[in-house]
Amino acid sequence: MRAMLGGVTATATLPRDAPAASPEAPLLSVRGLTLHIPVPPHTLRAVDGISFDLRRGETLGLVGESGSGKTLTAMAVMRLLEPPLSDLPRGKVLLEGRDLMRLSETEMSTLRGRALSMIFQEPMTSLNPVMTVGRQIAEPVVRHLGLSARQAAARAEEMLRLVGIPDPPRVARAYPHLLSGGMRQRAMIAIALACRPSLLIADEPTTALDVTVQAQILDLLAGLQREMGSAVLLITHDLAVIAETAHRVAVMYAGRIVEEAPVGSLFAAPRHPYTRGLLASIPLIARERPETLPEIPGMVPGPGDRPAGCAFAPRCGRALPRCAQDVPPFAPLAPGHHAACWNPCDG
Amino acid sequence: MIGFVARRLLQAIPLLIGVSLIGFGLMHLAPGGPLAVYTLNPTIQAQDIERIRIIFGLDQPIHVQYVKWATGIVSGNWGYTFFGGRPVLDVILERLPATMLLMGSALSVAILLGLSIGILGAVRRYSVFDVLATTGALFALSFPTFWFGLMAIYVFAIQLRWLPSGGMWELGEEGNILSLLRHLVLPTMVLALVITATWSRYSRSAFLEVMHQDYMRTARAKGLPPRQRLLRHAFPNAAKPLIALLGVELPFLFSGALVTETIFGWPGMGRLFVDALNMKEYPVLMGMMMFTAIFVIIGNLLADIAIAAIDPRVRLQ
Repeated sequence: MRAMLGGVTATATLPRDAPAASPEAPLLSVRGLTLHIPVPPHTLRAVDGISFDLRRGETLGLVGESGSGKTLTAMAVMRLLEPPLSDLPRGKVLLEGRDLMRLSETEMSTLRGRALSMIFQEPMTSLNPVMTVGRQIAEPVVRHLGLSARQAAARAEEMLRLVGIPDPPRVARAYPHLLSGGMRQRAMIAIALACRPSLLIADEPTTALDVTVQAQILDLLAGLQREMGSAVLLITHDLAVIAETAHRVAVMYAGRIVEEAPVGSLFAAPRHPYTRGLLASIPLIARERPETLPEIPGMVPGPGDRPAGCAFAPRCGRALPRCAQDVPPFAPLAPGHHAACWNPCDG
Repeated sequence: MIGFVARRLLQAIPLLIGVSLIGFGLMHLAPGGPLAVYTLNPTIQAQDIERIRIIFGLDQPIHVQYVKWATGIVSGNWGYTFFGGRPVLDVILERLPATMLLMGSALSVAILLGLSIGILGAVRRYSVFDVLATTGALFALSFPTFWFGLMAIYVFAIQLRWLPSGGMWELGEEGNILSLLRHLVLPTMVLALVITATWSRYSRSAFLEVMHQDYMRTARAKGLPPRQRLLRHAFPNAAKPLIALLGVELPFLFSGALVTETIFGWPGMGRLFVDALNMKEYPVLMGMMMFTAIFVIIGNLLADIAIAAIDPRVRLQ
């Protein structure tokens, strides 16, 4: 599978087998998360009642095209949305049984960076340009673990070594503009993992990077995850990245999860026509090259032209009359494999 | 760093020559002249006026006058006043303390206040406070200073009788700090009003721009409390345009405020300039212009150095 996918030319050794299903409760449990944004005269259902679980040590890939709501989902879980969006999310986000949605901003700020962390798509702008890299890593350590400035500085260098940055003492004293994009993303990972959070949300962590650097960063993330036992919510539009890194995949379309499955099962036998279309539109090196790459016809519906039923129905080749009327339930089609479709593809 | 400063100071020389040329030319283009006052005096004969003109050197061609004056400036002799014959540098330096006191207090009050209003307005954008602050700033910026000055005198000096309407001391109380402070309040208030308005607008937009940067989101994602995000992350980044503004305003500290000093009879540089302008005191006017130009250059140089100290990406070259 890996060799076939064009996006990443990695020689990575990454966890492919999901950890054995444990009876313990999931680390993160999202239930009915909703973010409806009023865009007069319509309502943009950016996130429309999505639910998923994430266990310790597991990587869940959240995949979808731009505008499918994956980043807003992550921002809502972190409670990082700014006004006027900050008060809009509904639903439950249970981290170790605690509903983050009900916490005050002050309580939430004691968890961010400690229990859950996030790395972002833009390593070039996500670091403060006028603060040394070392200090930016040390900040959450001082804040959350109560270490002295000196201890935190030592921890910062240790983290830089851990994320594979050469000469940590020098880089710790450097300002971000001296580092390359890949190095900055490593520094961001060092910041995010400095307090050993149990959940790491990575929002398109490699999108802004060169392909070779992408593979290194994904390797690094997977290695650190094994070492620290964190759960990772990996958000990407790139199915190749998912294939490299994730244990399970949730496919988002127009604010909803339309299919969720273990990574092997999803790539081998996608059941939702949208997932199938996504996979078909990836250029495969091993496959005979067609003249034109298959694409999904039509556009993601805007807030005004969204059908009452399945949001994908207008673009779907397998649509039945009822698809436009009724929202399909998220139903199990195989062990661990769910899809929301009235007329799923064959397994 | 030293090379940078030296280069900038060298660059200042042609700049100062340009300023002096334009200033000198403009001054002589204005109708009348320093001797015009005498023409209205029937007891002074035309020959006397002509004699004074020759003594002052005003009969010589303008470029000769300029060269004489410029050589004087370089050698430290800034010339003598036409009326009274006092050294120009003495006349200027004697007014400096009053102006520095007034401008210093007005600038510090205004910057502290304006910065606080601007930051609060940026943090609580579109709140009632922000809307009021914005309206207030536009109000303060769109009315002329003399109107605020006259209103302040009318309300606080004439109606309420809380504060003196002008001057720096009561007669016979020279040296009394309390009397000085009482005289300082109204002109400081009026001057600070406009500067506060400017600073609140500048700092609001500087902070708004910074607060939506990606690294501010990172700071939130790290769990840093609002205060730390504002002071450690937003402030150093937002400070750059404000330091540039400070560099531009530094010369005011030495050149004074024309309108305010005139309205409140404050014996500072601003009033000296207005008086000298009325009397066509070329040496004083030219001296003050050069004095201000030098501080404009120093202010901008200091601002550049400060910005380079804050931002590692800025190199002094």
